[in-house]
Amino acid sequence: MTKPILEVKDLYKYFPVAHSMMDKILRRPHLEVKALDGVSFSVGKAEIVALVGESGSGKTTLSLNILGLQSPTRGEAFFNDLPLGKWAVGKLDQKDRRRIGVKSRRSQTLAFRRRAQMIFQDPYESLNPRQSIWEIMAEPLEIHFPGIREDVKERKVRSALEDCGLTPAEHFWDRYPDELSGGQRQRVVIASALVLEPDLLLADEPVSMLDVSIRADILTLLRTIRDVRGVTILYTTHDLATAGYFTDRMIVMYLGRIVEEGPTIEVLTSPKHPYTQALVSVAPAPNPRKRKQRVILKGELPNAVQIPSGCRFHPRCPIAQERCKQEDPSLTDAGPNRRVACLFAEGIKRNE
Amino acid sequence: MNTKDKIWRAFIRKPMALVGLGMLLVVILMAVIGPFFAPYDPNQRVDVQPSDILAPPDAQHWLGRDDAGKDVLSLLIYGARVSLIVGFVSAFFSMLIGTVVGLAAGYFGGRVNNILMRITDFLMVIPDLPLMLVIVSVWGRGLWKIIFVIVLLHWTYTARLVRSQVISIKERQYVMRARSMGASDVRIITKHILPQVLPLIFAQAVLDISSSIIAESTLSFLGLGDPTLISWGMMLNFAFERAISRMAWWFLLPPGIAIVWVSLSIILIGNALEELLNPRLKTHHLFDPRRMIAIQAPVESAHSESEATG
Amino acid sequence: MNSLEVKNLSVEYLNEKGDHLIAVENLSFSIPQGKSLGLVGESGCGKTTVMLSLMRLLPEAGRITSGQVFLNGLDLMRISEKEIQKIRWKEIAMVFQGAMNALNPVRTVESQIVEALMVHEILSSKADATKRAGELLELVGIPSKRGKQYPFQFSGGMRQRAVIAMALSCSPKVLIADEPTTALDVMVQAQITDLLQRLQKEMNLSLVLVTHDLGVVAEICDDVLVMYGGVMAEHADSDSLFNRASHPYTQRLLQAFPDIANPGSKLASIPGVPPRLNALPPGCRFEPRCDLRIAGLCEKIQPPVIQISEGHSASCHLLARGDQHD
Repeated sequence: MTKPILEVKDLYKYFPVAHSMMDKILRRPHLEVKALDGVSFSVGKAEIVALVGESGSGKTTLSLNILGLQSPTRGEAFFNDLPLGKWAVGKLDQKDRRRIGVKSRRSQTLAFRRRAQMIFQDPYESLNPRQSIWEIMAEPLEIHFPGIREDVKERKVRSALEDCGLTPAEHFWDRYPDELSGGQRQRVVIASALVLEPDLLLADEPVSMLDVSIRADILTLLRTIRDVRGVTILYTTHDLATAGYFTDRMIVMYLGRIVEEGPTIEVLTSPKHPYTQALVSVAPAPNPRKRKQRVILKGELPNAVQIPSGCRFHPRCPIAQERCKQEDPSLTDAGPNRRVACLFAEGIKRNE
Repeated sequence: MNTKDKIWRAFIRKPMALVGLGMLLVVILMAVIGPFFAPYDPNQRVDVQPSDILAPPDAQHWLGRDDAGKDVLSLLIYGARVSLIVGFVSAFFSMLIGTVVGLAAGYFGGRVNNILMRITDFLMVIPDLPLMLVIVSVWGRGLWKIIFVIVLLHWTYTARLVRSQVISIKERQYVMRARSMGASDVRIITKHILPQVLPLIFAQAVLDISSSIIAESTLSFLGLGDPTLISWGMMLNFAFERAISRMAWWFLLPPGIAIVWVSLSIILIGNALEELLNPRLKTHHLFDPRRMIAIQAPVESAHSESEATG
Repeated sequence: MNSLEVKNLSVEYLNEKGDHLIAVENLSFSIPQGKSLGLVGESGCGKTTVMLSLMRLLPEAGRITSGQVFLNGLDLMRISEKEIQKIRWKEIAMVFQGAMNALNPVRTVESQIVEALMVHEILSSKADATKRAGELLELVGIPSKRGKQYPFQFSGGMRQRAVIAMALSCSPKVLIADEPTTALDVMVQAQITDLLQRLQKEMNLSLVLVTHDLGVVAEICDDVLVMYGGVMAEHADSDSLFNRASHPYTQRLLQAFPDIANPGSKLASIPGVPPRLNALPPGCRFEPRCDLRIAGLCEKIQPPVIQISEGHSASCHLLARGDQHD
């Protein structure tokens, strides 16, 4: 396999909880929110990977760290084989700087940001209401290529808009975001990310706020972007079904860790981790005859400050045993391209 | 920009706003072209008879004469200039300083915020009038000194307002998007944050004008104004000292009424603007915009056939 | 006995210019006691308007122009404001969209339920009301001692349950829930739908579920009414709707729904946007986006309601002509 475009190695992100005076006096231990508690995976070029998890799973924190908008507590991520954390803030060492041909901190940061873009969830909030569509589209170009020629700018803006289905581009340039529908706005968001021709796109729940009837279009658009431009896409969501529609591989997260990983269709049709199995069973399906088989977990994701002992899923796991309270399963191979973090999942070779 | 048009149009519809605007225009006209139409020039020396002093209104002097025999109406007209100049200039500078401080404190947070906010708090806590009196009596009089003193104490309100707005705007998704795109701090502040804050500042500045005018009048009234300039406050000062005993209401009332007139006009305008522009007073965030799509008034439709089919 | 019966309901809004915008036109449906109806449609289709009309809670600009709403035989449109205030919450209650975020942040959850009980004069002593509040919380799966906490200490799912408890405090016969699962994680969604289903059975409630999410409807609704542009597109029992959908809109909507049992299968979108209320087409409301339209007919004349089978009807010209399409 060729070198992965993105490699995450043992990433930890802990947020300290405020320690009050009272806590200090009573000598209470310093608590931390363990948003990411040891995450490792890699993404190949032009892959579409789904990052699935409920709120509190750590998927948003992971996205922010991959984008360099947060820096990890421990561990590293590599993008195009360069240390991502350092690159995003402009602290690469000389050898790496020479490799990509930049020097100053700002130019390092810009070089990174040009290649990794994010698409946000809320199409009603991610566009500045006072900027026209043209200004929104031109802005990334002005930031990264100051002094760019007007005709080049126009060409790039038009091509990005039209590739995203907003044709003819002129019809949209002069408009303002509140004149467009949710679906159109989201296309503008995607187009503004594409105009820089990035290598990596992080799509954070891009369709969850859109009507079901237009979601397919946006997701198909993302897949086309990968097919035509070879962009790698990381798709964050809590909706398994949409992930099933257009992603190649799926990573399921629970409380800051990866619990299952594998080709999407395999994970959905034969999930190995009990959490994944539960998620798949409750995913709404347009068929009333399917009602009886839901595995509805009790309670909600526990606080990331007090992670359960042993396997962090054991309090809610339908097949938990005594061992699960003591042993913390690591992510292990469970077949070709499959990994599961469970002591009792099928297909795992473990020393009993 | 279509937002400005929208705001203007909504503004015009409010009766209070129109009244305020009208009242303000009267005063502005008075200040700008009044002197050309004033019956007399108060700066000229006049020969007066004792009977002219504090003479009641008559055909040649519609508002009577002051304690020096000068025409009150002319004084009133000339006085408008100082009041308005002080009002607008002070409001402008306090808006400028307040905005810069508020932006810096709100955007950068951390130590910058702490330092700036402590300074702001310090100035806010000190009682305005005594401080102004102290500064002027130590430093001396003069129009620009008065403006300085007023600005010194007024910028804090704008700063606080701006800071809290900036903090909430900073977290909005489009700002995060701009950041993830590589936008520099300057760009984010000028293009993404400032335009959202500007309307609020503007509404606040308008109200600032009113309080500056009153502040100047107060200082002049207390005898700390520039004695070479005619202002309404100065008129009040002399009137209080000399006209009351003689019951010469025509000297006392006009400047007082004029100050109230201007303040009222500005408050009407300011309130109307605030209603329109203050995001917190709007309730539209309570409604999901998607649900209102079908109910909105017609807008040039960008939809029709061009809605893409993927 | 039908606990809720709506006949020919039409609602309009008056905008600032004085235009009459028809939000709902000629809608009819009924719900037997103890059954659930899913009211489905995209944003702007009028489902929220219908819901508000049922309790006569329309905003000032809204007006019910015709129709009747029978609650256990009583026409809600005919009674006075005073009388309907007695009925609201006691006979028919509602869980609003985003209600979980509208809990009073400075009062304990329990006290808010107590307030509902006492304001509606269900119980007059605070002690009794507090006890009942505890019972209601247990009913929705929240340990009663947590009632003493504040909303910010509850998770999203728990707040939604608390709001449901509040709505059920006066033991209504009909519960209307507007998008009760939006903005919740998928496991929590399952918990809430499971809860609603259980409550419906235990309390013999009639449930009206207003949503754009077909999946939720498939989970718990006995009957489904699909709305488009303010009118009924299709009305059927759940099984018929999902397996024998007849209206082109319903069919396309089902195709747009990702099926987790068949990952990777083709997903469709419906091109175009819903009609604006001030620009409603004279004929079928769905015609501009329909790929099965009959030129010369569908855009000119509103389709009639065709009875397809017992309890299954749809308004489409294609059905009138007896054309079968999958």
